[in-house]
Amino acid sequence: MSEDIEKLYKDMAQSIIDGDSDISVELAQKAIAINMPPLDAITKGFVVGVNYIGDQFGLGEAFLPELVMAGEAMKAAVATLEPELLKLGEARETMGRVVLATVEGDIHEIGKTLVGTMLSASGFEVTDLGVDQPAEKIIGKALEINASIIGLSALLTTTMVRQRELIEELDKENLRPRIKVMVGGAPITRDWATKIKADGTSEDAVGAVKLAKELVGKA
Amino acid sequence: MSHKKIKTISDPKIKLEVLTKEEIIKIHEATLNIIENVGIRFPSKRALEIWEAVGADVNHDKKIVKVKPYLIEDALKQCPPKYVLAARDPQQDLPLDGNHVCLGTDGCGVEVIDINTGEKRTTELQDVRDISRVADATEEVAFHWVPVSAQDTPAEARGLHELKAVWENSTKHVQTESIYNVEEAKASMEMLEILAGGKDKLRERPMLSLMQCTAPPLGHDGGSLDAALIAAEYGVPTGFMTMSSCLTTGPATMAGTLAVGNAEVVAATALLQLAYPGAPVFYAAALTATDPRSGAYTGGGPEDFLFGAAVNALSDFYNIPLSMGSFATGAKEPNWQAGLEGGLSTFMASVVMSDMLLGCGFLHGSRIWSYAEMMMDCEIFSIIHKMMQGIVVDEETLAMDSIASVGPGGHFLAQKHTRNHTRDLFMPQFLDRRPYTLWEDKKDDARDWATAKAKKILKEHQPDPLDEKISKEFERIIKSVEKK
Ligand code: B12
Repeated sequence: MSEDIEKLYKDMAQSIIDGDSDISVELAQKAIAINMPPLDAITKGFVVGVNYIGDQFGLGEAFLPELVMAGEAMKAAVATLEPELLKLGEARETMGRVVLATVEGDIHEIGKTLVGTMLSASGFEVTDLGVDQPAEKIIGKALEINASIIGLSALLTTTMVRQRELIEELDKENLRPRIKVMVGGAPITRDWATKIKADGTSEDAVGAVKLAKELVGKA
Repeated sequence: MSHKKIKTISDPKIKLEVLTKEEIIKIHEATLNIIENVGIRFPSKRALEIWEAVGADVNHDKKIVKVKPYLIEDALKQCPPKYVLAARDPQQDLPLDGNHVCLGTDGCGVEVIDINTGEKRTTELQDVRDISRVADATEEVAFHWVPVSAQDTPAEARGLHELKAVWENSTKHVQTESIYNVEEAKASMEMLEILAGGKDKLRERPMLSLMQCTAPPLGHDGGSLDAALIAAEYGVPTGFMTMSSCLTTGPATMAGTLAVGNAEVVAATALLQLAYPGAPVFYAAALTATDPRSGAYTGGGPEDFLFGAAVNALSDFYNIPLSMGSFATGAKEPNWQAGLEGGLSTFMASVVMSDMLLGCGFLHGSRIWSYAEMMMDCEIFSIIHKMMQGIVVDEETLAMDSIASVGPGGHFLAQKHTRNHTRDLFMPQFLDRRPYTLWEDKKDDARDWATAKAKKILKEHQPDPLDEKISKEFERIIKSVEKK
């Protein structure tokens, strides 16, 4: 491999570590211009940066804004490469698709967003629907994109019941175990998750990733 | 016999200036700039109509409102600077007049350390009753927040079950943060009307106040806005609490987070004044910094303490009472961290004379109720109460006669002056000053004594009962809200 290419991979990783979307997009364009296989750009370049930040975060050396910005830079780079991937009929191998939302009547956002960030950083393809989302919409989206996991956040004792309702709905439609459901939020305990027949819960984003990997059989 | 005395901090002798006049004005100007140029989200039809009627720039799609500074400033001038939080027992009314710091319990917890088993479990209606009863007996607790969530009651009427439970178990003022939709807000006003004995009396002596969270950054929750407007219509004191937090829902810098939080509270307060000029309102805040490593929001830490003092500078600037989050801690049990965070946050919020402090009793970022923590928080408040009296320097306290009669050497123990003033000194309940060996025999500490005290109160204290007829009426109202 030429030194130039080696350097390009390094720069790609660094652009993610620096959380610099402008540069990551520029480098993705450069990859296209020199006919680098888009999958190589992703796996040998950008992903190396994501993994590094993820590890540093796990060690307590990198902080949240760095993680989030790395995620944004990654997303921007992949979006630039996506049309090329499509042209080649290739797809980036992901850990699986996840639909994430805070349940209807509940506007707590931060925890869900963090879970989404960590899942993306760990190779999941995450569709974050936002807060205050009705069950139909969440299930509809999951079917539309053929998601393997629905992640539901609820922080109020009055809205946790929405988690149960959604699971009941999935069962009624015979959509489980095809779609797995993980739940979380301040009042959510393991007992609750068991009681409503969820596939698992976690108290933080790192645990959510672990759980998601188990659910897709890639732990 | 029930305690009627309530301990509040007043006539402080200690002062602190956390922000200069110029700094306060800079934050105020930044706030007006945000409201005018960035805008605030008001996802409520009613709120948007009110803004539109006064000529604000309303984007109905995005539900974002931009308002000229003069509209905000004029509206804020209508806020009453002083009023009273009424209690079922008028002796326990609380003046919000800038010269009283009143402690409340914290609220809306989801788990409790069971006082008998010591195990953590999900909260129920009976916990609301029990905690209210303990708070009723405690002179440090001046008013209630609905302490924990009654999770064994139907979700759609839960906030009402909780209110009933507190009123039935205490004569003190009640503030709730668990009424955040139109149906429950209307029903709670109906309950209050019955409790007060009519709409006019309710307005004169509101025995309930409502606290609504803003939705940082720069937004609000529709249900909360509508509930607040209903309360304001009835003359029930209403406050908006910002929980903007450095890093996530606010910039990493404290000044920026203050500006974001202030813009949320100021805009919503102005809305209430535009709808109901002169309605009693308060400023509420629990600003803090997010943990950079995990994103956790637990409260506590130096930024939290500074915010505790800074927000009062803002609410004083607007001349409205403040309800300030204090005692927040990420500690998992009543320990070093809990004491540290409770002590410093409450000192900072008290030394600037925040009118209401929220509140005692919680662990793990406002999630887990602990009776031991509650009792020890009360003692922290008592210590701060004592400190705020400062050092009195006059002829009597200089004790010259006593000093002369003891002279060099000897001791002051046998002096009349000493005996007369011994009780000026603070008598701790939970500070361990025993000989080492006594401790070694038992290895017990504040937590055990605090739990024992709460147990004793639960066993013995009977609050003045609520008229059964009123309870029956409450039941009827609650039933009408519950889904059939
Ligand atoms: C910040 C906050 C808010 C902010 C949210 C800002 C925002 N933009 O998100 C605001 C001010 C808007 C808010 C509003 C309210 N809040 Co609030 N809020 C909190 C607080 C202090 C922290 C939440 C937070 O952001 N934590 C930080 C994140 C990182 O943690 P997290 O959300 O728990 O998420 C982690 C895990 O739970 C898990 N997780 C989360 N989701 C998921 C999903 C999956 C699938 C998995 C696997 C894991 C997972 O991983 C996350 C990352 O580590 C909590 C108390 C607490 N300490 O939890 C109260 C709390 C949740 N709120 C509470 C209440 C009552 C309210 C209000 C009703 C108050 C009111 N009357 O207005 C309103 C709700 C309005 C509504 N309709 O939703 C109560 C709820 C308890 C109850 N009795 O129901 C709490 C517990 C505090 C309390 N004791 O009062 N709140």
